[in-house]
Amino acid sequence: MSQTKITRVLIPSGALGLNYDKQALRRGLAAKPDIIAVDGGSTDSGPAYLGRGESKYSRSSTRVEWQGLMQARAEAGVPLVIGTAGTCGADSAVDWMLDITREIAADLGQSVKIAVLRSSQDGAEMARAFADGRITALPNAPDVNAQTFNECSNIVALAGAEQIAAAIQTGADIIIAGRTTDTAIIAALPLMNGAHAGAAWHGAKIGECGALCATNPQSGVITVEFDDEGFTITPMADGANATPHTVSAHMLYENSDPFILYEPGGHLDVTQADYTALDGRRVRVTGSNWVPSELYTVKLEGARPAGFQSVLIALLRDPRYVENAQKWADDIHTKCCAKVEERLNLTPQDYQIEIRLIGQNASFGALETRTPDPVEIGAMGIVTAKSEELTGEIAKMLNPYLLHHPLSAAEEQPTFAFPFSPADMNRGAIYEFCLNHVLELADPMDAFSLEVIEVG
Amino acid sequence: MANLGQIVEKVRSKNAGPFWLTVDIFCGTPEAFVQVSNGLTTARVARVFATDEATIKRFDIAALNVVKFSLPRPSIQGAADDRDMHGASWAALLAELPLN
Repeated sequence: MSQTKITRVLIPSGALGLNYDKQALRRGLAAKPDIIAVDGGSTDSGPAYLGRGESKYSRSSTRVEWQGLMQARAEAGVPLVIGTAGTCGADSAVDWMLDITREIAADLGQSVKIAVLRSSQDGAEMARAFADGRITALPNAPDVNAQTFNECSNIVALAGAEQIAAAIQTGADIIIAGRTTDTAIIAALPLMNGAHAGAAWHGAKIGECGALCATNPQSGVITVEFDDEGFTITPMADGANATPHTVSAHMLYENSDPFILYEPGGHLDVTQADYTALDGRRVRVTGSNWVPSELYTVKLEGARPAGFQSVLIALLRDPRYVENAQKWADDIHTKCCAKVEERLNLTPQDYQIEIRLIGQNASFGALETRTPDPVEIGAMGIVTAKSEELTGEIAKMLNPYLLHHPLSAAEEQPTFAFPFSPADMNRGAIYEFCLNHVLELADPMDAFSLEVIEVG
Repeated sequence: MANLGQIVEKVRSKNAGPFWLTVDIFCGTPEAFVQVSNGLTTARVARVFATDEATIKRFDIAALNVVKFSLPRPSIQGAADDRDMHGASWAALLAELPLN
């Protein structure tokens, strides 16, 4: 067995805001962790959170769960780190998390040293980096030009283990990090302590979703122990067991390649990894390989405004209309577009109207293979245009069609069910992801800033 | 003829970042794994998702009884034409595919 120090990382859940099992957290604390690490975000909820620089989780839930972790930290006397604070990890979300932390520290009477790692990037600076050839596309990246970077409302770079290590080295009690890779907050301390690099990154990948790598996945809490050969996964909740199957299968999860994982400074290769059950609950993994890269790159994420949107929903329950819903929707689309273009003096490039039929093919559109016989159909009208005013005007023109449009001119005017008044739901500005690129850095800290704040 | 979803334990799809979709077929047994691995061609998966076969990454993992496909997302996550933010529904299209 290993000669170097074991580094024990306590992971309360896959994300702050998803809750964790309190009893399991106590067990994790009893196992004497060296650090508590929790993820605060992901791109998985879509571009609006990065576009707006906001959290998807409720402030109250975040506060309750973060308070529990701040108390656990004080008890354990070890650092607490959150990565990708506030869902997107933009500076505004980091500041939101910092505010919550200050409030809790005041409430609990805690004196804490907080290291804040910021990941937001300046659009003009990124446009220059692109012009200089320091930004390159990853597979299936959208086309970009220098202007794309200026159009983004937020761009973040994903920090790796080096930037988290710098934050840990400040001696901070709490580290609030902007966008990081999911794994970096877990891998950083083991790497600093001389753990096997392949094990550090592989264990971090397995642990990043908490107990998702075990049975009873919603219990959240796990401990990962790292040494100079491998790592061991131990779930902390009752009824949560890690098996070689649950652990190795987690490499499949939300990963396009289940054997290779790219990180700042290199990649993890788990092709030769060996998964062994230590008992019914714990799994030991060895044989993971870390391959350093020549260039140090960090991934960029960017979201830019993509117009304004309004949504209307009408419910069709009359069997004749349910049966002919597509014809009805297509006819509305043709007639409403003609009216919009005539009355607002628009061309088809200026706006978009789409009617998705819920109960028929709203999930897959033309790719749907089943032909349904539904009781009812929800007609979801989606209006997108360049300004909020225009979107509102078009939605109000679509409204009477969704309410009264007949299948034939001869029949009595039908009326469908609107569940709401007003019928149109203004979604405000919408956003789109527009970067899938990496930025080359001479020094890992070049795109990041670190600030240390004493509270209380 | 049975559907893929009736032969295997579970078909799961998720985003792998905003630009990729990944589909994991948990076959459950070595027999089902062989049946899926041999019976489900990448060309057929490409037709289900209306994409180019050459863009699909395929992994046949006997140790886990898993067949995995990763492909460029049919539309970028959250784009105007995207219908499923988390990409989890796409599994159904594959699960309903008849398999010999």
